[in-house]
Amino acid sequence: MVEVRLFAGLRKGRQKVYQMESASVKTVKDIMDALDIEVKEVNILLINGFHQKPETEVKDGDVVSLFPAVGGG
Amino acid sequence: MERYERNIPAISTEECEKLKTKHVAVIGCGGLGGYIIELLARIGVGKITVCDGDVFGVSNLNRQILCTEDDLGKSKALQAADRIMSVNSGVEVGCFDEFMTNENVSEIISGCDIVFDALDDISARKILAKACERYNVPYIYGAISGWAFQAAVCLPGSGLIEKLFPEHVEITDKSVLAFTPSMCASFQVSLGLKVLLGREVEPSRVYYVDLLFSETECIDF
Repeated sequence: MVEVRLFAGLRKGRQKVYQMESASVKTVKDIMDALDIEVKEVNILLINGFHQKPETEVKDGDVVSLFPAVGGG
Repeated sequence: MERYERNIPAISTEECEKLKTKHVAVIGCGGLGGYIIELLARIGVGKITVCDGDVFGVSNLNRQILCTEDDLGKSKALQAADRIMSVNSGVEVGCFDEFMTNENVSEIISGCDIVFDALDDISARKILAKACERYNVPYIYGAISGWAFQAAVCLPGSGLIEKLFPEHVEITDKSVLAFTPSMCASFQVSLGLKVLLGREVEPSRVYYVDLLFSETECIDF
């Protein structure tokens, strides 16, 4: 399983945490597609605490964290 | 010194004196900037330069502390300068009643010990961050959306702003609640104060605070 943690505004209409079958998602982008999250919405993407990109592959046991960009002042 | 007696011992008498020698720029005098200049003036920073080319509008009233119904149409930068002088006449004030651009950024941050990001635009943040790198000035990042904010200390050479805002990123949530800028500004000023005083900070650590779920994440870059 891959654990997916969503933060702040990405939780709107979604759960905080998802458990996904690793066989059904190859990359972080696949996870984002499954959750209807656009790449442009995310400015911090971590796998097991390390910065990665949407095209990075995921494996069983990974924890993926997605944070939305904030930019107002 | 009576003015600052409640600063002590949270900061020392010597540190209070040190602050009087410091020059800080606040770029943007809206949601974040209004609170940042208030806190800097009260804590006793020696010189504050403010910059904003905008005027107050009705939609600012939900969160911008410098904006009351009597201030609609007034310059944000001039209002900020007036507020600093009424809070603390001992503070020297510099005022740029114009938007920060590639052309004027050097003049605005010239001689500053740190710069506060109180902007609401990604491209302007990148202009400011590049100028701070060029002039070796620490940049205190802050950004808000809805219930959430990010804040960080960006030291020259970190490239943090470019990392946080790659080309593909867009801000989809433009909402801001009244308490979000005040919380973010306070956090930024606490970080900036530590940089000014030479206290320990974690540079390039982004503090991501979600006030809806009362959660804080620390993300190192």
